[in-house]
Amino acid sequence: MSSIKHPPASQASGPATMPTGFASEARLPNFCNMGIMLRLLLIVNLLCIAAAVVRSDGRDILLPFLLISVIAQPVIIVSLLATCALRRPLAKLGYWCGVAAIFALEAFIGAGFWYLMASIVPYSQPVTLMQYVFFFVFATSAALLYFDLRARSLSPALTEARLQALQARIRPHFLFNTLNAVLSLIRAEPKLAERMLEDLSDLFRVLMADNRKLAPLADEIALCRKYLAIEHIRLGDRLAVKWNIESMPAVAMVPPLILQPLVENAVYHGIEPHDGGGEIIIDIVRTGKQFIIRLTNPFDSASTHVSGNRMAIANIRERLQLHFDAEASLRADVIADKYVVTIEMPVEKQED
Amino acid sequence: MLPPTRILIVDDEAPARRRLRDLLDDCREQFPLFIADEAANGREAIDIINRGGIDIVLTDIRMPVMDGLEVARHVAKLDSPPKLIFTTAYDQYAVKAFDLNAVDYLLKPIRQERLLLALTKAVVIKPATAATVAAAAQSQRRHLSIHERGKIVLVPIEDVLYLKAELKYVTVRTAQREYLLEESLTRLEEEFPGTFTRLHRNSLVATAAVTGFEKVTDGGDDDSNGGTGAIGTHWVAVIRGVSEKLPVSRRQQHVVKEF
Repeated sequence: MSSIKHPPASQASGPATMPTGFASEARLPNFCNMGIMLRLLLIVNLLCIAAAVVRSDGRDILLPFLLISVIAQPVIIVSLLATCALRRPLAKLGYWCGVAAIFALEAFIGAGFWYLMASIVPYSQPVTLMQYVFFFVFATSAALLYFDLRARSLSPALTEARLQALQARIRPHFLFNTLNAVLSLIRAEPKLAERMLEDLSDLFRVLMADNRKLAPLADEIALCRKYLAIEHIRLGDRLAVKWNIESMPAVAMVPPLILQPLVENAVYHGIEPHDGGGEIIIDIVRTGKQFIIRLTNPFDSASTHVSGNRMAIANIRERLQLHFDAEASLRADVIADKYVVTIEMPVEKQED
Repeated sequence: MLPPTRILIVDDEAPARRRLRDLLDDCREQFPLFIADEAANGREAIDIINRGGIDIVLTDIRMPVMDGLEVARHVAKLDSPPKLIFTTAYDQYAVKAFDLNAVDYLLKPIRQERLLLALTKAVVIKPATAATVAAAAQSQRRHLSIHERGKIVLVPIEDVLYLKAELKYVTVRTAQREYLLEESLTRLEEEFPGTFTRLHRNSLVATAAVTGFEKVTDGGDDDSNGGTGAIGTHWVAVIRGVSEKLPVSRRQQHVVKEF
């Protein structure tokens, strides 16, 4: 497969960054995801071409391909629907039992179709039952192997993302200024100092947590509010925040720290450089099966440094892609004197 | 007994200013001092320094409008500038380039003992010269500063229409008036690439202020045609808000084409 650019590159980043027991955490892909489905279709069709090349006499590849394709496509479609429908029970089985179940399912669907075809058009089958079933078992192996390799090559990125979250997401500038602000409050307003340290603790607890699992959107919003409470003490009236989130899907599962780093960027680049401050607007709206998060902050090309910002955006985009594949997107635009980051992702409910 | 040292606190964050006030109060017994004023950015700080009577400035680095490094560059032009101590949460690397015998820096959160040491040191040190400060602070200024009658006059870069080299000075032209600046045109061109465009060996124009170019016939008595004395034509730049036009030298004619 051409899309595997770095085969089992997981070791490349060094064993130190690999969480222990990672190998046993292999997961089946989300078969209902559009991107996963498209990749599966592509893999099986490439195998059909390979089979056609092998079967052809070397001159005509199209006819054997069409013959194979005609009998393979219905099986692929039914398999995709079946694995999507059975996603939850399959996920509950654990990885290896799930793999075994998928093989059984594919063999069953393949054989079923072979008998169906045989009963409709007797004696016209281009392949034997064994060949037919073997093809699908082989295709299934190839697809599962591909998804396993892909998950392995992307997972170190997540581990690294966690480290980066500590090193770059929370700017040292923010940490030390916050500690300084707490110190300034201890004598005169000890209660406020206490709350500020509590918020800071909650923020660091999330930053230091294992952030590979999805968490409810409501948790992320709560985290952003704590972060903004700290910044409000530092910046006072310069920081104004407007939340338009009444219709947000609070239970939607999102990658942790999907919004907080963006809010932090908005404060650092959009509010702090301006004498009079500015307003950060956070809109979250649901659009059917998807929802959109939009973050708007003032933008001044003269005083804005984009490098740190680009890193945060690349990191979030990577994590979105890993969790939601083609169903999620992130874009950053400068519209007039505003910087606007838009994230679109599916409303995925918690699996129980 | 010596009069108390007069201190100016500069920081854009109110809690940081309060923290410094508390710490300075704690130092008072060992080091007689007086908190003269507070400012939320560099520009406010320059206004206060201009009124006189400040001995030591404790200034944050990263601030809106004007940062601490720029304050240092403007203040260094005064005949008897106040001593500077930078306070910073993280960007101490920005200060490392300075001669630390001339300016000190404190890392936030600041310890009282360290603050006391910096104050004691600041009283005796000799302030850095304008040239050394300019060399150390690599960042672009957001203002030019003109030293007029013992005070610092700030001209925001975006107000400058053009810069013209005279014998010893550079004339800074804004829509309102002209100022005389003791700096080199080449240095200014290097510090603000893109903001200013070279038109002639004695002039830089604010790129955004050029509204167009006109072709004029010259009498051959100026050197814009290469001093050949021949009667010819040359280009002049038309500048927003002022009536005078700046000649474009032959060497810089590409500017007209690129406009």
